[in-house]
Amino acid sequence: MNPLQILRIALRALTRNKMRSFLTMLGVIIGVGAVIAMVAIGEGAKARVEQSFAAMGTNLLIIMPGASTSGGAMGGFGSAPTLTWDDVRAIQNECPSVKAAAPALRSNAQLLSEEMNWSVSVQGTTPEYFIARNWPAELGTTFSQSDVDVGTKVIVLGATTASKLFGPSSNPVGQTIRVKNIPFEVIGVAAKKGQSPMGQDYDDTAFIPVTTFQQKIQGGLQKYMNGTIFVAAQPGEVAKAQVEVTALLRDRHHLLAGQDDDFSIRSLAEIAGAQAEGTKTFTTLLASVAAVSLLVGGIGIMNIMLVSVTERTREIGVRMAIGAKPRHILAQFLAEALTLSMFGGMIGVLAGTWAAGYLARQFGWQTLIRPDITIIAVAFSAGVGIVFGMYPARKASKLDPIQALRFE
Amino acid sequence: MAERPLIEVRDLVKVYKMGGQELRALDGVTLTINHGEFVAIMGSSGSGKSTLMNVIGCLDRPTSGQYFLHGEDVSRMSVNKLAEIRNQLLGFVFQQFNLLARTSALENVELPMIYAGVGARERKKRATEALERVGLGERLDHTPAQLSGGQQQRVAIARALVGRPKVILADEPTGALDSKTSIEVMGLMQELGREGITVVLVTHEADVAAYAARVLTFRDGRVLSDERREPVRAES
Ligand SMILES: Nc1ncnc2c1ncn2[C@@H]1O[C@H](COP(=O)(O)OP(=O)(O)O)[C@@H](O)[C@H]1O
Ligand SMILES: [Mg+2]
Repeated sequence: MNPLQILRIALRALTRNKMRSFLTMLGVIIGVGAVIAMVAIGEGAKARVEQSFAAMGTNLLIIMPGASTSGGAMGGFGSAPTLTWDDVRAIQNECPSVKAAAPALRSNAQLLSEEMNWSVSVQGTTPEYFIARNWPAELGTTFSQSDVDVGTKVIVLGATTASKLFGPSSNPVGQTIRVKNIPFEVIGVAAKKGQSPMGQDYDDTAFIPVTTFQQKIQGGLQKYMNGTIFVAAQPGEVAKAQVEVTALLRDRHHLLAGQDDDFSIRSLAEIAGAQAEGTKTFTTLLASVAAVSLLVGGIGIMNIMLVSVTERTREIGVRMAIGAKPRHILAQFLAEALTLSMFGGMIGVLAGTWAAGYLARQFGWQTLIRPDITIIAVAFSAGVGIVFGMYPARKASKLDPIQALRFE
Repeated sequence: MAERPLIEVRDLVKVYKMGGQELRALDGVTLTINHGEFVAIMGSSGSGKSTLMNVIGCLDRPTSGQYFLHGEDVSRMSVNKLAEIRNQLLGFVFQQFNLLARTSALENVELPMIYAGVGARERKKRATEALERVGLGERLDHTPAQLSGGQQQRVAIARALVGRPKVILADEPTGALDSKTSIEVMGLMQELGREGITVVLVTHEADVAAYAARVLTFRDGRVLSDERREPVRAES
């Protein structure tokens, strides 16, 4: 008997009892479907996190005042300010691995255009910021060092802010808006940046020169810098830059050996890694729950195959009497189990893909179907069929022909 | 070397142990059947006829004694070899027809050839011929449920002869049929006998045994008598 004949006989036997075959497959369908959907959701989450980190820039270091908090949560608010303007300049000038260093002060403010108003987090910074974050202007320009030196009232809008104030795909460059009732000239709109790993819209912001920020928003110059420093390392030198900046700041802050840092440095690559680790655990967990249901499906197949062997004992006897060898009988029943599980697996892939798509549409989740996982899932369901089909098939092949023929 | 008989059994004993009791279903059976013979085995119920047929049919092994089929010692054969013998040399006809349900006559008849590894086209050709041979050329696609008892038994005979066996073993082939269809089936068996196929058939009806040229009578697992006579010819 060749495999095609065996498959034909198996299909014939299974189509004879369609409802039962379908219900038996259902276990595997649900199992594989769950694996596919769960992994798609997990992978989608991972891909989204990766994309947003890429948007943020993986060569970026974020320096905040105060000792580092554990776990990578964005802490540091309320800690005593320890970073100075001279620190920013020193990092820029004295660390060879640093490409650009820029301060960022933040404050929420109401922005008013002719017709609209929009509340955003306004950032006071320097031209280096746009270099550090690789964030050029889409329209107009970003501000220059002379704007910072003089403290001009110019503003660069984030893409979301621009569309909220002036409508989508408008060009607000040259227009005047009011920030805390002070008129600013819009000189540029920053390129679209996307979402942060936490799902926050980067483009819902606006930038003004740091000096202007201090004078007009914060209300006066201060010695300490009440914000964060963004540092972009030279390509591939994030770790080195982190070491250099740490040494420099410890030296500048006169910290003795053994004393804790009075600032914290976060590398985005590090946070990205932790996040990826998290989603990986999540995916593994979901996949193992799904694998268990696949196993339950396998037990269902075994159960039905045992019933089927008993029901068809007489048929087995007849087949043996006319010349079937034990291996023919084994192959026949194994093929049935395998067909059930493989078809179940394939339908499960379709169902899982559909479910992933449905969830993606319904909840706005990102999903990602991985071909390798799909192949593994089908192969695994085939394995389930063989493993759980083996016992009933062996039982059938070992029947005594006389007893099988006599079976009522 | 003189040609050996087709079937040769010596001192066959088959003991069934039930609880503490021993039941000797075959109690020292010695007999030979030559090529081309048409033999009926008679005897009351429980006399061991089916047990003997199962041993001859290589479906069962005796407790002791020897069995040579076509000159070969069956007791030394592996399970696989026995399956091959059943497939190549023997053809079975059962009282209950034992066709595969919901499977067409043609496919039922093709079944032995599937295990013999005959190609699909050859299988179909030979199965069609065999069904035409038993007068069912018009009913190839009928399933057992769509056929009468006599027709089902003819499908079973076609299945038994399609592998061109040396022997057809029929255990009460007319047991489930009325007398008219019984005669038809016996006529078919006689035709096969005339073509040189050895036929061994079990029956407890004298008028069925009358179609055989040789009648063995069993009692309590032993051969009581072995007579040859002129068979009645079935008008088919
Ligand atoms: N598998 C078995 N287990 C126990 N006893 C059996 C078995 N098969 C047959 N027998 C017994 O052996 C005897 C002969 O049976 P069998 O050959 O079927 O008789 P017959 O076909 O002549 O009616 C009977 O008494 C029967 O009950
Ligand atoms: Mg009997």
